[in-house]
Amino acid sequence: MARSETRTNRPALKLHVPEPPYRPGDTPDYSHVQVPAAGEAPRPDSACDDKETIPLTTHLVRVLDDDGRAVGPWDPKLDVEVLKKIYRDMVTVRIFDDRMYRAQRQGKTSFYMKCTGEEAIATSAAAAMDAEDIHFPTYRQQGLLVSRGYPLVKMMCQIYSNAGDHMKGRQLPIMYSDKEKGFFSISGNLATQFPQAVGWAMASAIKGDSRIAMGWIGDGATAEGDFHAAMTFASVYQAPVILACVNNQWAISSFSGIAGAEQATFASRAVGYGIAGLRVDGNDVLAVYAAVRWAAERARSNNGPTFIEFFTYRAEGHSTSDDPTGYRPKEESQAWPLGDPILRLKQHLVRLGAWDEEQDKALEEELSATVRAAQKEAEKLGVLSDQGDEGKESMFEDVYADMPWHIAEQREAALKEGE
Amino acid sequence: MPVMNMIQALNDAHKVAMRADEDVVVFGEDAGYFGGVFRVTEGLQKEFGKSRAFDAPISENGIAATAVGMAAYGLKPLIEIQFADYIYPAYDQIVSEVAKMRYRTAGEWTMPMVIRSPYGGGIYGGQTHSQSPESLFTHVAGLKVVVPSNPYDAKGLLLAAVEDPDPVIFFEPKRIYNGPFSGHHDQPVVPWSKAGNSEVPEGHYTVPLGKAKVVREGEALTVLTYGTMVHVAAAAMEEADVDAEIVDLRTLVPLDIETIEASVKKTGRCLIVHEAPRTSGFGAELSALVTERCFYHLEAPVERVTGWDTPYPHAYEWTYFPGPARIKNALKKVMAD
Repeated sequence: MARSETRTNRPALKLHVPEPPYRPGDTPDYSHVQVPAAGEAPRPDSACDDKETIPLTTHLVRVLDDDGRAVGPWDPKLDVEVLKKIYRDMVTVRIFDDRMYRAQRQGKTSFYMKCTGEEAIATSAAAAMDAEDIHFPTYRQQGLLVSRGYPLVKMMCQIYSNAGDHMKGRQLPIMYSDKEKGFFSISGNLATQFPQAVGWAMASAIKGDSRIAMGWIGDGATAEGDFHAAMTFASVYQAPVILACVNNQWAISSFSGIAGAEQATFASRAVGYGIAGLRVDGNDVLAVYAAVRWAAERARSNNGPTFIEFFTYRAEGHSTSDDPTGYRPKEESQAWPLGDPILRLKQHLVRLGAWDEEQDKALEEELSATVRAAQKEAEKLGVLSDQGDEGKESMFEDVYADMPWHIAEQREAALKEGE
Repeated sequence: MPVMNMIQALNDAHKVAMRADEDVVVFGEDAGYFGGVFRVTEGLQKEFGKSRAFDAPISENGIAATAVGMAAYGLKPLIEIQFADYIYPAYDQIVSEVAKMRYRTAGEWTMPMVIRSPYGGGIYGGQTHSQSPESLFTHVAGLKVVVPSNPYDAKGLLLAAVEDPDPVIFFEPKRIYNGPFSGHHDQPVVPWSKAGNSEVPEGHYTVPLGKAKVVREGEALTVLTYGTMVHVAAAAMEEADVDAEIVDLRTLVPLDIETIEASVKKTGRCLIVHEAPRTSGFGAELSALVTERCFYHLEAPVERVTGWDTPYPHAYEWTYFPGPARIKNALKKVMAD
């Protein structure tokens, strides 16, 4: 279509398509990313008016400083055993991710997703919540299950879609679900779980329960309508829910600017909904813990929902189907300013005198052996690639509570195929 | 026995369900204090309190999504989408989440809920208040789809839907909320009090899902229909003086194939009547099933009477609506030797 011939005295309008600062071949330099000093952000009371949190939506709650000290009002002053537990969970997740990534590359399953660089967020959030609280996660919160003591073998059986998968091989690898552990079924349709978490929290309030819900979303999926629905319902009904956005800067190949991050922080989305908002260093275990604990206290005391942006970085590809060297510099994850969450907690533990290199080596060896043993056990029940068609009739079950005639007929037809 | 119109019968079903089960919660746009734009949820907030009957933001995806969370908690949401035409923002939640939850988790999480929505035309509602989107839901594994055609069935089917372990899409024919419709829009509306099936028992009863009803037995042909069109088709058959067997499907999924098959094998002719557009409408599925199962009993090709494949118009509503003239033309074809 041609440009209008009238109004030629006006400037031609321009479409702004955001572009990340660096592409493959560029030398990434993130010195312009503002990282406030640890301990700088004020900590209002968890029962405060939501407006008191407005400055925190553009700030960054940080507790661990560059020297591994815990500083400032957000320091949760955790017992060293709690810290060691989170550290152990994070290391487990990283080793688990590496093993399963390799299993996929070996052809044992179709797909895998790591959370490298983001381990602190789920493991620390899980530690800050109660075991009875429920999570509505995305696909990068495997740390929740690890923290809650879900058997690694069961996670692997799900990844292999084998006989040990309690979901009968229905879901893509890593789309875990466990009712007992308060881990809602993961969906590949992004953002759907965000308003669902609000609904669960509303139900808890309707029944006068004391449990709360935590919904998870990525930076990219905040663009979905479900994000707006979640924020609106959470605000309208003052639902006892924590809504967490893991801003890892990348949605497959689209940088966070494509979801609107150039114009405002994700945390500041909370302001317009009248929801308390926090922007938190997602690579800082102590900051994550403190923020989730603050939001949980707020929700539990009928003071309403909190929206938290965890500022972090997706250190590896989106999934095993993705090659990030096609859209961002290889060195970018090294240039990212917030560091490795595991190393940062390790530094803190060492500074506390609670940890040393020897212990660290021993832990890594122990956990590697644990993960290897779990893998061996899971593989005894089969892997996706050597799956036969034994038990295939089960794929017709669970569409409804009772199988209707049309599905029963189709099952018969399927079982006769190739006869 | 009390005589009710469909709105009163549906309202009564809500009350019976909510009295019987504290986990039933009702919400939707205008569904709380005011009782809904069609008044189906009237009085619920007064009787059951604000936490069990409340207004929702204008956000159909939010309504469906929060219902998912509530069902995951263990509640039984009975939600209203104000018009079927507004259901599309909720489609992702319904199709990707509600419908598939039992399957994707092998029964670990289930989604017992009812999503009610008034559908259909004949009320000068234009394209955004007249649609019949049932086949967008019958195509989705995991959903049950119900369409009542009278007050008695409306209450019994809604109670069965609330008690069902699976999610039910419950489409209410709003044209016949207050009285059945012959298809002659120039004639005065007959109230339900002067029509059949308006005596509605008090208290609890159910009409089972998955069971059609032969509303008129006959020998000349089988008419497969549901909702408003049960009445339009019946009037057309009477005017044509044809001994038709009229089957009110009541539930589209799961379909009562036995009743359909028995009837078509008996009559040897089949006419399908629905309001929804023709292409990929539920009539296409019915036609295929009848052809596959009753081919050697058929004496003429199956005929479909449907809305046209255009958006629902405002000004030419009665050209769009599959009324008596369209039914009679199809009847001639299906009755040809």
